[in-house]
Amino acid sequence: MRRAFLAILKRDLALASRAGGGGELALVFFLTLVVLVPFALGPDLNLLSRIGPAILWLGALLSVLIGLDRLFQSDEEDGSLDLIRASALPLELAVLSKGLAHWLTTGLPLALVSPLLGLLVALPGEGVLPLIATLMVGTPALSFIGAGGAALAASLRRGGLIVPVLVAPLTVPVLIFGVSAANAALGGTVPFLTPFLILCAISLMAIVVGTIAAAAALRSAD
Amino acid sequence: MASLIDLANPTRFMRLSAALLPWFAAAAAVFLAVGLYLAWFVAPADYQQGETIRIMFIHVPAAWLAMMFYSMMAVSAFGTLVWRHPLADVAQKAAAPIGACFALVCLITGALWGKPMWGTYWVWDARLTSVLVLLLIYLGIIALWRVLDEPLRAARAVAILTLVGFVNVPIIKFSVDWWNTLHQPASVLRMGGPTIHPSMLWPLLILAIGFTLFALALHMLGMRAEIMRRRVRTLTILEAERLDRLAAQGAAA
Repeated sequence: MRRAFLAILKRDLALASRAGGGGELALVFFLTLVVLVPFALGPDLNLLSRIGPAILWLGALLSVLIGLDRLFQSDEEDGSLDLIRASALPLELAVLSKGLAHWLTTGLPLALVSPLLGLLVALPGEGVLPLIATLMVGTPALSFIGAGGAALAASLRRGGLIVPVLVAPLTVPVLIFGVSAANAALGGTVPFLTPFLILCAISLMAIVVGTIAAAAALRSAD
Repeated sequence: MASLIDLANPTRFMRLSAALLPWFAAAAAVFLAVGLYLAWFVAPADYQQGETIRIMFIHVPAAWLAMMFYSMMAVSAFGTLVWRHPLADVAQKAAAPIGACFALVCLITGALWGKPMWGTYWVWDARLTSVLVLLLIYLGIIALWRVLDEPLRAARAVAILTLVGFVNVPIIKFSVDWWNTLHQPASVLRMGGPTIHPSMLWPLLILAIGFTLFALALHMLGMRAEIMRRRVRTLTILEAERLDRLAAQGAAA
C-alpha cells in the first residue's frame, strides 16, 4: 500500500518536473500577478509595503487555483485514473498522494520564492519569515480544497474556469487567516500566533475534508 | 418516511404535485397580499429608521429563504449520495436558482436599506460577506449543473459540492454573534423571544409564510419541469437509437 502511494507521488513529481506546464508555470504566473499590481496601484512603496502580504497571498491563491483543473483531468484522459481506481490502494490515499505532489510542485515553491517577490512590494524585513511560514502552512489547504474541486471537474471536456469558480468561495477562510497572520507579524494588536494557529487548523481540516470529498467525487464519476 | 419512499415514483410525484400546486400558489397569494397590506399600510414607521423599515419585510424573509433553500439542498444532496433517492437530485437542481434569487434579493434590498441607514450600499461586514459567499456558492453549483451533461453523474458531483459548501450556512447564521460588526444581531429567532415589536413582528411572520409558500410552489414547478425535461431527454435518446437501428438495418439490406 505504501509502495503504491509512493509510486503515485513519484510519478506526479516526475511528470511535473519533466513534462512542463506544472509548478514552474505557476511560479511565472505568480511573478506576473505581483508585477501587475504596481502598474494598477501606482509605484507608491509605502502603500505597496502596507498591502504587500495581501498582494502576495492573493497572487499565491490565484496561482494555485489556475492550474488545478488539470490535476485529475490528464489522468482521466490517458486512463491512469481507472488503474488507480482499480488498485488496492484506497482512493483517499491516492488523492492524498496526488494532492501532496501538487503541493510539493506548486505551493511549496510559491512559499519559497515569496521573499523575492516581497522585495518588489517593499515587504519589511521582519515580515519575510512570517510570510513564508503562513504560505507554507496555508497552501496545503488550497491544494486540497482545490483537489476536491478538480475531482468534480475531472471528466469535463470544457469549462476550464469552472474549478476556480467552485473553489474560490471555499478558500475565503484560508485567505482571511493567512493575510491576517502575515499582517500581525508586521505589528498590530493581534499576536502572530493566534491567526497562524487557526490557519494551521484550517489546513489540517482541509486536507481531511478535501481528500474525502475528492475521493467521493472520483468514485461517483465512474 | 413512508411518504418520501412513495414519492420516489416520479409519476406519483407528478400526480401529487399537480394536485398540490394550485393550493400552494393560492395560499402564497393570500398570505403575500395580507402581509404586504399590513407591511405597507398597517405597520407603523420605525421611530428611528422611518419608512425604510418596510424594506425589512422583504429583506428578512429573503435571507431566511436563501438559507432554508441551501439547507434543503444539503438534505437533498445527502439523499442523492446516501439513500439514492431518485427525486433528490431533481429537488436539488430545482432549488438552486430559487435560493440564488433569494440570496440576490436579500443582498439588493440590504444594499438599498443600508444606503439611508448606514450611509453606504455595501460594507465588508461579516454577515454581508458571508451571504455574498453563499451567492457565489449557489452560482458555482448552477454552473456545475450546466457543464455536466449526464444528469446522474452531475447529480452526484453537485451533491458533494453542496455538502462541502454547507459549512457557510452556520457561519451566516452566527456571524452577527461571532463578529460584532455593523449588521444588527438576530432579533426574531433568538433565545429569550423576539425583541421586535408585535406590530412589526406579525406582518413579518405572515410575509415569511407567504414567501415560503411562494418559494415552495416555485420549487414544485421547477421539479415538475425538470422531470419533464428528463423525460424528453430520454425519449430523444431512445428515438435516436431507434433511427440508428433502422439505418443500420437499411444499410445491411
